[in-house]
Amino acid sequence: MKKSNAKLLIMGALLSISMQLISCKSKLKDTDIQSSLNEKVQADSRLSHVTTSVNDGVVTLTGDCPDEACRTSAEQAAKDVKGVKSVVNNITIMPATPPVEVNTDSGLESGLRDATKDYPGVTATVNNGEVTLTGTIERSKLPKLMQSINALNPKKVNNNLTIK
Amino acid sequence: MAVQEKYAELINAAKSSGVNNLQVREENNVLYIDGQAPSGQVKDNLWSIYNKLDPDFRSGDVVLDVNVAEAAAGSKAKVITESTNLNIRKGPGTDQPIVGKAAHNEVVTVQSQANDQWSLIKTDKGVEGYVYNQYLQQV
Repeated sequence: MKKSNAKLLIMGALLSISMQLISCKSKLKDTDIQSSLNEKVQADSRLSHVTTSVNDGVVTLTGDCPDEACRTSAEQAAKDVKGVKSVVNNITIMPATPPVEVNTDSGLESGLRDATKDYPGVTATVNNGEVTLTGTIERSKLPKLMQSINALNPKKVNNNLTIK
Repeated sequence: MAVQEKYAELINAAKSSGVNNLQVREENNVLYIDGQAPSGQVKDNLWSIYNKLDPDFRSGDVVLDVNVAEAAAGSKAKVITESTNLNIRKGPGTDQPIVGKAAHNEVVTVQSQANDQWSLIKTDKGVEGYVYNQYLQQV
């Protein structure tokens, strides 16, 4: 009785060891790594221009980042993903350009009053940053008028003027 | 990107002609080009390229805001109205009262630039006030 009990114990131990070995060997699939990488990258707005690819547990980062801190944090985030063996960081640094500043409608309206004062045939209206020009103008005067209007920081200029 | 391709010649001209703080941005299919041109000729050249690529500026896909570098305080400027006198106003705006006039082709002294549209000037006769930048040319 005692002997068979010991045998069972040993067999059980061996079985559990071999199962552990198997589970150790089975590495995470690239597709799983890719999906957790995607989650991480999408969560960080600074990494919106970074793309990732995985091959045999090796992650390659490409795209651009506004600064070095963003570049290294992207690399660290990739290293932290389970199953990643190494990370190739090909991210280039591209300083972010500030968004275009558009004048307020009231700012545009007062600027347009001044800009169109000497063009009696021209009417300018503003809607949500867009300037629309109607009426008539001589072709030779058009560039000057457009220059003053463009300098007011409109979102867009719709030139519907009839040219004489 | 299509807008940047259409105006590639304009963008390249701005890059190669020494425009300071040049920013070329695209938002909602509108191309925004901002910066300070080193001279009036550079600005005029950019505008003639723009006019060539988009005849009579009909497409509404560019906002070209390249100003001529600010005139230094105390520099001289010529009044370049078509033929008439230039109104000198109490403040920067056509709603401001007229305090005097500068003659066509008269040379005035620029005191400061109030904003992109208006400069504070002084005439040789001692009249001080604001005039619309478009009618001033640095000399």
